[in-house]
Amino acid sequence: MSTATPTTRTRLLLDGTGPDREAHLARYGPLPRSGCVDLLTTVQDSGLTGRGGGGFSTATKIRAVAASPRRPVVVGNGLEGEPLSAKDAVLLARNPHLVLDGLELLARALRARSAILALPEAADTTAIGVAAGDRGVEVVPLPGGFVAGQETALVNQLDGGPAMPRDPFTRVTDAGVGGRPTLVLNVETLAQLALVVRYGASWFTSIGVDDDPGSSLFTISGSVRHPGVVEAERGSVLRAVLAAAEPRKIGAVLVGGYHGAWVPASGLGVRLTDRELATYDASVGAGVLHVLDDSACPLAHAAEIVDYLASESAGQCGPCLNGLPRMADDLRRLAAGARDPALPGAIRRLSRLVTGRGACAHPDGSARFVASTLDVFRGHVAAHLEGWCPSAQRRAAS
Amino acid sequence: MPLGAAEGGVVTTRLHIDWTRCDGHGSCAELLPELLGLDDFGFPVVRFAERDPAIPRRDEEAARHAVRSCPVMALRLYEPG
Ligand code: SF4
Ligand code: SF4
Repeated sequence: MSTATPTTRTRLLLDGTGPDREAHLARYGPLPRSGCVDLLTTVQDSGLTGRGGGGFSTATKIRAVAASPRRPVVVGNGLEGEPLSAKDAVLLARNPHLVLDGLELLARALRARSAILALPEAADTTAIGVAAGDRGVEVVPLPGGFVAGQETALVNQLDGGPAMPRDPFTRVTDAGVGGRPTLVLNVETLAQLALVVRYGASWFTSIGVDDDPGSSLFTISGSVRHPGVVEAERGSVLRAVLAAAEPRKIGAVLVGGYHGAWVPASGLGVRLTDRELATYDASVGAGVLHVLDDSACPLAHAAEIVDYLASESAGQCGPCLNGLPRMADDLRRLAAGARDPALPGAIRRLSRLVTGRGACAHPDGSARFVASTLDVFRGHVAAHLEGWCPSAQRRAAS
Repeated sequence: MPLGAAEGGVVTTRLHIDWTRCDGHGSCAELLPELLGLDDFGFPVVRFAERDPAIPRRDEEAARHAVRSCPVMALRLYEPG
């Protein structure tokens, strides 16, 4: 290896060199030529998991495509439909070549038919377009939307269809774009993979925790003085990661985005790894950390989010199309102070009813968020039913 | 045999619902009453929390009938492999 192995704990963002390829090569060294078996072994040993939300084993996904006799299509997913997430856009602006490295490595190792980088059409793709220019990667701008980045919706769009998920019965790793086996990986996952292949599995696992190694990008937003994107090792303490953004008075933190779950202020010592977050039915997901201020009514805030989620249903699956708006209505009524004691139970029943009953994870994720809202803000629910709001009192007192 | 049981190496047949096709008001729930109910909106609900429920042997014929009867071909049976 011609360049020194980076030893700092910041591996992706701060080291980016923008669209300048020469600077990138000087910084990271040439792209190793690794065959499929080598690449698979290294990725397997690294324990790298998807950074786009699902958290699925990257090696398992690659293997599913490698097993096919047909030449696959490799897709970098940069659609980032989650409104609270900005890490993919920041990564692509600051370190586009690392993402392209990941695509190129996979395309070579899998003898891919084509390599595609899907980006939101609203984004400024000038830098990445220049960077991708002579690297054999096709940049495809696509309309955004919350579910547009779900794997099957992305494949559907690349096939010229609408931004709607497909029935997942046929896996895209078996038949995706143009009917070919298709490997879809989030852009951060690709950048991580490019580092893993360059510096090795043990380098990757030297930070993070045993069952969840490496680092992740986190987007911090909400009631903080410095919203933005940071990189932190997996298993970092939530409070420590938030500190850089200087939060105000924290009421709760939404971890994982609109499909995520709340960690109450009493839980800021939790480590950002799926095993510990499971206590709150949360997961790291795409690394969204949204701070809710102590003086904001969490039920009102959650009702707005569920309204949005209901409006983003692609409207093709009955339980999602019908159940989400009703769940949103009931939550809005509860937040607005309708003192109907049947509401919490009705909302819970709906959240169980829609779970597992859609072509994509949208109803499940929405239901998870709603259930978490009722659990974590139990006190608020009870107060609203009695006709008052603890947050309003806190606002009045300050 | 309990619902959904698959023991002793017997291959289990599972029922998959394509939610993008299903338009509700289901004959499937009528044909497979022990397996499927209907929700508030007329869409089938699997009676036990399983995404693609295992079909008990005695219901296999009824399940095949339900698959054939679905007007939008939203149902299919498969053996996980
Ligand atoms: S579950 Fe909802 S969002 Fe997902 S495909 Fe079906 S209707 Fe669309
Ligand atoms: S018969 Fe077909 S369309 Fe009707 S409810 Fe059942 S699955 Fe849906």
